[in-house]
Amino acid sequence: MPPQMTQPATTEITYRDAMREAIRDALHRDDRVFLMGEDVGRYGGCYGVSKGLLAEFGAERIRDTPLSESGFTGAGIGAAMAGMRPIVELMTVNFSLLALDQILNTAATVRHMSGNQFGVPLVIRMATGAGRQLAAQHSHSLEGWYAHIPGIKVLAPATVEDARGMLWTALQDPDPVLIFENVMLYGMAGRLTADAGPVDIARAAVRRPGRDISLITYGGSLWKTLEAAAVLAGENIDAEVIDLRSLRPLDDATIMTSVARTRRAVIIDEGWRSGSLSAEIGMRIVEQAFWELDAPIGRVCSAEVPIPYARHLENAAIPQVPGIVAAAKAALGRV
Amino acid sequence: MTAPTDKPHLSREHMLGLLKEMIRIRRFEDKCAELYTREKIRGFLHLYDGEEAVAVGAIPVLEKRDRVVATYREHGHALVRGVPMTTVLAEMYGKQEGCSRGRGGSMHLFDRATNFYGGNAIVGGGLPMSIGLALADRMRGDDIVTACFFGEGAVAEGEFHESLNLAALWELPVLFVCENNLYAMGTALALSESETEIQRKAGCYRIASEAVDGMDVIAVEAAARRAVHAVRESRKPYFLECRTYRLRAHSMFDAQLYRDKAEVEAWRHKEPIVRFQGWLEANHMVHPEDLARIEAEVAAEIAEAVAFGEAGTWEPVEQLTRFTYAEAEG
Ligand SMILES: Cc1ncc(C[n+]2csc(CCOP(=O)(O)OP(=O)(O)O)c2C)c(N)n1
Repeated sequence: MPPQMTQPATTEITYRDAMREAIRDALHRDDRVFLMGEDVGRYGGCYGVSKGLLAEFGAERIRDTPLSESGFTGAGIGAAMAGMRPIVELMTVNFSLLALDQILNTAATVRHMSGNQFGVPLVIRMATGAGRQLAAQHSHSLEGWYAHIPGIKVLAPATVEDARGMLWTALQDPDPVLIFENVMLYGMAGRLTADAGPVDIARAAVRRPGRDISLITYGGSLWKTLEAAAVLAGENIDAEVIDLRSLRPLDDATIMTSVARTRRAVIIDEGWRSGSLSAEIGMRIVEQAFWELDAPIGRVCSAEVPIPYARHLENAAIPQVPGIVAAAKAALGRV
Repeated sequence: MTAPTDKPHLSREHMLGLLKEMIRIRRFEDKCAELYTREKIRGFLHLYDGEEAVAVGAIPVLEKRDRVVATYREHGHALVRGVPMTTVLAEMYGKQEGCSRGRGGSMHLFDRATNFYGGNAIVGGGLPMSIGLALADRMRGDDIVTACFFGEGAVAEGEFHESLNLAALWELPVLFVCENNLYAMGTALALSESETEIQRKAGCYRIASEAVDGMDVIAVEAAARRAVHAVRESRKPYFLECRTYRLRAHSMFDAQLYRDKAEVEAWRHKEPIVRFQGWLEANHMVHPEDLARIEAEVAAEIAEAVAFGEAGTWEPVEQLTRFTYAEAEG
């Protein structure tokens, strides 16, 4: 893109409001779109994302559901197969496990099993991540598991721009798309141009260019990683920060191009280390860019423990800035 | 008030049509069993032997625009719905000419042209899908009925209860058809349900319901007419329990240790083809030449299907990962 001569007008908006704008926009653009989930209507969404939409669009299109994750996720699948464009909201990834059968065994398989006769153009949104002292059953980051499944796409918007723009792109996708919203981002504010619209969901973004090391992350960890990069800059280490944005498919090209330049990589992932998405990314780097590497690949992941309630333990369980700084320095041999 | 459409047509032609469809499924599946032992068909193969009256009684009552959701025991449903026998058998062969390109097999028959939505091997898995199909129709005001078939084993799954609740709560045009054959693999109904009158479960969700002798094709058809009419008029769900029996093993791997031979033998006397054919003969509605003609027509159709399956081709392995996601047109 050519550099813009005049700066477009921007407004400050929270991630939560950007998400709501994206849903509102989709409901206006396409009659087939409707939002369905527990407490999305009268209550306004358990994270306040859908507040006000019921009054604007009515109970048909902002559809409160009973506590039936499997039932209404499956209903979203059927409605999508019948030509609608449902957005299913599952409060958090922990509860999505009650709908995992529908997501994995039906949504992800129907196109293939039917020999391409039926597709499932469904969008499923849910919150993920720790940091609110909600303890184990509300704080896990399982998006990496979902990224394991062929047949679905997995997105993790980390910026207000992506929160605003990814939903529409996802709704136009002919296949099921899962959008993971990190709980710590809802209140975060950012600037958005007045005409902000759909965004590409196929490419990772370099959020901070740098020469010395590639820090690869997504979602809630992006901001911690950028903070870590700032700390590293103070020590004359120029870190490049990659925001994956899409966890399935992974944008290998952006990762490899970066690693080929910096020759060092650390992956920051709020999932558990064992069998994690970071393990997959690390292995891909080994497969595709091993000879470019000057140091072992590093990882900063969650501790192998259900996320605890106590603040200090919760903080210790998930990636934090000092850990990212330390891992980057270790990769550079500067300990 | 009973609408005229509720009444079965008791013409000789119609009767012979019902008989032929049941024989068609039975002979087709007998052939499948044979092809299985000859290793032409592999995987799980669940036969519908004894239950034909349910699909044959219920599915033709639906209109072309209506939708059908089935389970892994769905050969009969697919055939009655109009999925060509050729492509059904080619699917079981695993050939790319099969109705699911050979990617689904016996348990995942799909056919867009006849609104046939599978073919689901997760017990209870099709129920939520039927809710969504009907929800889409309701939101658009389309005059469509979704018929969802499932076994009595599915009734114990949470998805059954979630789906019935949603259907009633949102007034969705779904016809639930429970094919109660008394066994979920080897588990007898009384060992899996505290309330064995399955039909009564619908009442808890305020869904109108009916139980019918699923071995009597005329009774099933009459009940299905009432049921489909009720769904189409009221735009609300309806629950039909068809009491039937599976004469063969659950699948080709089942030694049937859970029931004795005498029980199966007793049911053989009640099986739908023998019973209906006997009734037609007693009433002089079917003649030996009719039977001979039906058998000959069915045999010819099966021979054609086998030839089609045999002649089918293997999808090139290079295409293995195709259709995991939609492909760009052109
Ligand atoms: C969720 C799930 N659990 C278990 C199975 C294994 N299984 C396959 S068929 C079957 C029995 C189902 O019985 P029923 O619903 O009565 O249908 P029928 O086979 O009698 O037609 C079981 C347990 C499965 N396929 N899916």
